[in-house]
Amino acid sequence: MIPEIGHFALILALLVALIQGSFPIIGAARGNAVWMGLARPAARAQFLLIAVAFLCLAYAFATMDYSVTYVASNSNSKLPLQYRIAAVWGGHEGSLLLWAMILSIWTVSVSFFSKHLPDAMRARIIGVMGLISIGFLLFMLTVSNPFERLIPAAMDGRDLNPLLQDPGMVFHPPMLYMGYVGFSVAFAFAIAALLGGELDAAWARWSRPWTTMAWVFLTTGIMAGSNWAYYELGWGGWWFWDAVENASFMPWLVGTALIHSLAVTEKRGSFKAWTVLLAICAFSLSLLGTFLVRSGVLTSVHAFATDPRRGLFILAFLVVVIGGSLVLFAWRAPAIGRGGKFDVVSRESFLLANNVLLAVAAISVLFGTLYPLFLDALGLGKISVGPPYFDTVFAPLMAPALFLMGVGPIARWKQSALPELAKRLRWAFGVSVATAIILPLLLGHWTPMIGLGLFLAFWIFGTSANLIYQRLRGPELPLMTRIMSPSRSWWGMVVAHLGIAVFTLGVTVVKGFESEIAVRMQTGDVAHLAGFDFTFEGVQEIEGPNYSSSRGQIRITKNGVERTVLMPEKRVYTVQNMPMTEAGISPSIIHDLYASLGEPLDGGAWSVRIYHKPMVEWIWVGCLMMAFGGLLALSDRRYRMKNRIKATGSGNAAEVSV
Amino acid sequence: MKRFLLPLVIFLTVVGFLAVGLKLDPREVPSPLVGKPAPMFNLPRLDNPEKTISPKDLLGQVWLFNVWASWCGACREEHPILVALSKSGTVPLYGMDYKDTRQDAQQWLEQGGNPYIASAMDTDGRVGIDYGVYGVPETYVIDKAGVIAYKQIGPVTEEVLRDKILPLVKRLQTQ
Repeated sequence: MIPEIGHFALILALLVALIQGSFPIIGAARGNAVWMGLARPAARAQFLLIAVAFLCLAYAFATMDYSVTYVASNSNSKLPLQYRIAAVWGGHEGSLLLWAMILSIWTVSVSFFSKHLPDAMRARIIGVMGLISIGFLLFMLTVSNPFERLIPAAMDGRDLNPLLQDPGMVFHPPMLYMGYVGFSVAFAFAIAALLGGELDAAWARWSRPWTTMAWVFLTTGIMAGSNWAYYELGWGGWWFWDAVENASFMPWLVGTALIHSLAVTEKRGSFKAWTVLLAICAFSLSLLGTFLVRSGVLTSVHAFATDPRRGLFILAFLVVVIGGSLVLFAWRAPAIGRGGKFDVVSRESFLLANNVLLAVAAISVLFGTLYPLFLDALGLGKISVGPPYFDTVFAPLMAPALFLMGVGPIARWKQSALPELAKRLRWAFGVSVATAIILPLLLGHWTPMIGLGLFLAFWIFGTSANLIYQRLRGPELPLMTRIMSPSRSWWGMVVAHLGIAVFTLGVTVVKGFESEIAVRMQTGDVAHLAGFDFTFEGVQEIEGPNYSSSRGQIRITKNGVERTVLMPEKRVYTVQNMPMTEAGISPSIIHDLYASLGEPLDGGAWSVRIYHKPMVEWIWVGCLMMAFGGLLALSDRRYRMKNRIKATGSGNAAEVSV
Repeated sequence: MKRFLLPLVIFLTVVGFLAVGLKLDPREVPSPLVGKPAPMFNLPRLDNPEKTISPKDLLGQVWLFNVWASWCGACREEHPILVALSKSGTVPLYGMDYKDTRQDAQQWLEQGGNPYIASAMDTDGRVGIDYGVYGVPETYVIDKAGVIAYKQIGPVTEEVLRDKILPLVKRLQTQ
């Protein structure tokens, strides 16, 4: 009964989405206020209906209703409750429902926080989001229904993929989807602006906070995923250029370009067409990524063969959404003015160069991700282009981007003088070059890649320090006043850029100086790595709720002083009979000590791999700093001012924005 | 106007590829190398860089040549099948570790088992170019005269092994 209610709620949601996607847009074109007025109630009704469907599915999981096919394939009676709930988005159908759910959360937020927008603009934005929702709801109701019944019901479920049975995986997909789907707001703003022909700076100003918010979620989501791979896959790696990772990384690259390009459009009125195109691309890549991952086309080409309608639907949907918006772009963009002029040496130029580098990086990732897919689809077999391709292509693109990142914020808008810039940045340059040469030698060895990485990290540190110093220097005011004087969005930028430097430093040091050993260990054996002694104290058999585990115990000492104990596990999940590694990690800001259990060997010995990973945590700290920078920018005074003015109902918010 | 159409054109090209890809049944596309002598090389061995491997040394027997790498995801899929094959002893299996580091490769073999009699190290991928390697993994069946009889692009599956590679190997061995 409950699953039928969920199913019915989805059908109603589709009907509401049809209204939401049509009347407000037509109303905006005709100036019909009543039709435009349908946008907000429709968005809210749709949110409630999809929430009901979502809760119904969660209920089916919680009560172990194995007469629902999707529940039976992604859950099991022994699965703990928190994972039964997370299993709602553990498979194809459920993650589509999560997608639709999050889309409606964003839409409903737009409906609440858009009082300062002109009616026509708001109606168009909510309408466009309704159109996207139609696609997802139709897809679910036609070929991917999470509420489909299984008759007769299964005795027990086939269990959730053990890879997903992890606290990190409970939060990672919703975070990532908040990011992906959040770009739909920027997309809807861009389409609404194209439809209305009002591609002025106001459009960029309104869409900026939404874009930043989505970017913050996406950054955090990718970070969580990378961190999860680090401790769950047991290879000590944190990024694999895996198709699934790339699918989230491409929208991130374009989204990052979009954030910067929006700033130029808002402040200087330039790059208007380019910004619109980026907004379309960021969301298109999110869509493509969702489908590449969720259709299973990347993990197995046969996923489509089982239900070719899915593949066709996806393709048709992509054509309608992306193709349609690109047609609209080609039609309307020529009318967009050129915007403010700028010199070759100016902040605009630096931002443009960074934008192009980020976009090219996204395209090369797209190419590397799709190339195996094309070959696979053409029947040439499944292959992997893997890290050799991505490392070769990516580093040369990112190095200049990071270098420009140091210069851009210091350069002036419109026109800047190279000699002046060079003079201001010579200290930062000197310090970073010196660090790049000396630090590796102190740490042990120097390679060009280590040198380059350190140079770029310290270049950003140095230029940021210069930027802060110049900004805070001046009148004899208390330090706090001077710190508070730049806007929060300025501080947000500085923190996010410093996050990139921290990230780069982490990547460089861990790639350059990590060490590892693979050893055969018996109880009492001692292995040595990076000055630490690792004593193997045997393996215990442990029974989990739905797995059995062999848990090793490794005591770490340095010069006879005990440091910590690692407990790496090798689990076998009983239902799917799938082995999983749980690495034992002792994290710290200086280094991680990491151990994972390999295979049991003869005579009670185990193969054990031990890693020493200096500064690896900096990678994720850097990501968190970027996300925090985004949050700082969102808390900027002008966004709060807007709310206050809105509350008192006096005046136009656009006027207070700086 | 024209430059604004460019994104649309690029997108439609991608869609065209995807559409063709969806329709086409997976089928074999013969490699231009099939029927030609296996390109010569002389590469250091993974386990012992002092020693080298060359197809010349393998003349007179039917052998499988598997291109793999520790960074390759699809290789993990075919690996258990290769390990089982090497245990059965039906046909000698040689490997080529493609664009990889010695340490990673050895670790990966330690972890998943080593099905190869020996693996050559093609660190810069030069030999891979001679063999027309699209990507990893790929597997070649090479006959007694050193001629490539079959090329499998992508992982070796149970079916491919049972229906194509093993019958072919049996036929070639009796020739």
